[in-house]
Amino acid sequence: MSRISQCFANLKADGQTALIPYITAGDPEPWVTVPILHALVDAGANILELGIPFSDPMSDGAIIQKACERALKNDVSISQVLDMVAEFRKKDTETPIVLMGYANPIESMGYEAFAKKAQQVGVDGVLTVDMPPEETDEFLPLMTEHGIDTIFLVAPTTTKERMAYIAQHAKGFIYYVSIKGVTGSAVLDMAEVADKLSQLQQCTNLPLGVGFGIRDGKSAAAVSKVADGVVVGSTLVRCIAEHADRPENIAQAVASLLAEMRHAINAQDNALANA
Amino acid sequence: MAEQLNNEYYQTYPDDKGHFGPYGGRYVGETLMEAIYELEKAYKQYKHDPEFQAEMDKDLSDYVGRPSPLYHAQNWSKRLGGAQIYLKREDLNHTGAHKINNTIGQALLAKRMGKTRIIAETGAGQHGVATATVAARLGIECVVYMGAEDVKRQAMNVYRMKLLGAEVIPVDSGSRTLKDALNEALRDWVTNIDNTFYIIGTVAGPHPYPEMVRDFQTIIGREARQQILTATGRLPDALIACIGGGSNAIGLFHPFIGDETVAMYGVEGAGHGIETGQHAAPLCAGTPGVLHGNRTYLMQDKNGQIIETHSISAGLDYPGVGPEHALLKDIGRAKYVSVTDDDALQAFHDLTRIEGIIPALESSHALAYASQVAPTMSTDQILLVNLSGRGDKDMHTVAALAGLNFEG
Repeated sequence: MSRISQCFANLKADGQTALIPYITAGDPEPWVTVPILHALVDAGANILELGIPFSDPMSDGAIIQKACERALKNDVSISQVLDMVAEFRKKDTETPIVLMGYANPIESMGYEAFAKKAQQVGVDGVLTVDMPPEETDEFLPLMTEHGIDTIFLVAPTTTKERMAYIAQHAKGFIYYVSIKGVTGSAVLDMAEVADKLSQLQQCTNLPLGVGFGIRDGKSAAAVSKVADGVVVGSTLVRCIAEHADRPENIAQAVASLLAEMRHAINAQDNALANA
Repeated sequence: MAEQLNNEYYQTYPDDKGHFGPYGGRYVGETLMEAIYELEKAYKQYKHDPEFQAEMDKDLSDYVGRPSPLYHAQNWSKRLGGAQIYLKREDLNHTGAHKINNTIGQALLAKRMGKTRIIAETGAGQHGVATATVAARLGIECVVYMGAEDVKRQAMNVYRMKLLGAEVIPVDSGSRTLKDALNEALRDWVTNIDNTFYIIGTVAGPHPYPEMVRDFQTIIGREARQQILTATGRLPDALIACIGGGSNAIGLFHPFIGDETVAMYGVEGAGHGIETGQHAAPLCAGTPGVLHGNRTYLMQDKNGQIIETHSISAGLDYPGVGPEHALLKDIGRAKYVSVTDDDALQAFHDLTRIEGIIPALESSHALAYASQVAPTMSTDQILLVNLSGRGDKDMHTVAALAGLNFEG
């Protein structure tokens, strides 16, 4: 069982929802990233999503685009991102890490070189936003061979037939994009999310994470009612941006933001358990 | 033999996943997947629909003004002292470039698909104007994304789009040019997917765009092939076209791919010179990668980040290129070369003075290459050059280089 699957299984046994924060690697400076990751785990993160910066992040909104620009000002490369994971693993061998990004930096490194290095440094999963299952004939077997879970997105526009097709390719968990739009843009329609997740559950036994639109404890708690995992990205990245001129304060600031969400989710989980 | 190659190539590319050999494909976020499948289905349905074709043919003749003439540039040919140069006059189309061949087709498709809103990206503004034009005629809401840098360079076209009723949104991210406009248009599409049709202006993007835009643009090559046969009784020795995304070039090349005796040259923008790194020539100096929905040659750094391009012409200022050109390069069927800003500008002035035709700066790259190869050929050989657009939009840029400054 992969570290991601194990993590979800443990949480499920305890009646808990996974909290999955996203940050862009190297934002605003490379040295800040690993301390932020540790602080997020201390604040209650169960799985970490680390973004590989890309010059043209088409599926992301302005907040994450700017994070990529800050990281790229320091030329943060995919190899450096992998080095950050290696550094993180020196102190934490438990928390699963998912690398999230776009196809081109991985293409540029080479699928096989990436898979090998990712396995070696302790990456658990990869989510390539602009690589749908249709384009993974070469990519997917290499990731599987190196024990990396391939995580795919499902969107509000995804049909039920397509959900089944995606589920055949997915490992670790499935990431439901809860809004039609880019990251950090709109407000959640909880009824629609619940409806889509129940359709998705008919296609897969994999845990379901929900992201793109969760901005505070309240929305995190609402999502935790219906999902196995809650992904929080733009809200944390905005906090990083606000502290970009005082990078030494970032880990603390981001951690306290995440702690609020953890608290709200736990309250919701406990309420469900006691209901 | 020619017929055989013809059939084999045409039947093979793209495959049913939109791949041109290793290039092309559907590299987009999940939210867009249903939309591009829906588009592919609609396009397949209407492509062979006689009613759709008839409506399109009528628009192309009565509204666009096709067929565009094939003009024997005798003065210029004589001056260069070699091959006879024929110009395919796409500059005479309504709105001043080849772009409208494609927007007419996509807009008719949008209407049949029941979409009520059209978006587009634009570089030089020609595609934006061509889109705003068809949207005005169909009475559909139109939003055009344009890099802030290009908004500045192409103020006249921005005003034309606004006159036509389009909303022009300047894009301030990244290099503030065409690639960033494309990113922003894709973001808009994801957000407004239910009612919006995205009219991509070139033979790039996810499948089916490279195939569909090519099909709409092959009217250029189909007409040119017939016209040159009528005028000279034979096929040309070579075709020349400029390449940004590559839609005018593929439109000219595609119907000739099976004609083995016809050489093909795609001309990229060498900007200040390939060696300076400040250029827009991914086929000549780039490497394969994935951007904007397809795998193709890209201008990128060693970490796979897209790098900023430079060309005097906004329409060539793009770090990628249509995937079919990537394939034609690899199989050697077309050759890709580049021309600097300075050489393009010289050709711009030459054609203006010698033939009384003011070409677009984009097309001037093709003309510049023609002026380099024509003298090496004999006077009974034929070069067919795609004059893809007219230069009215470039007055501002050319005048500024001469030290003049217009307001507005």
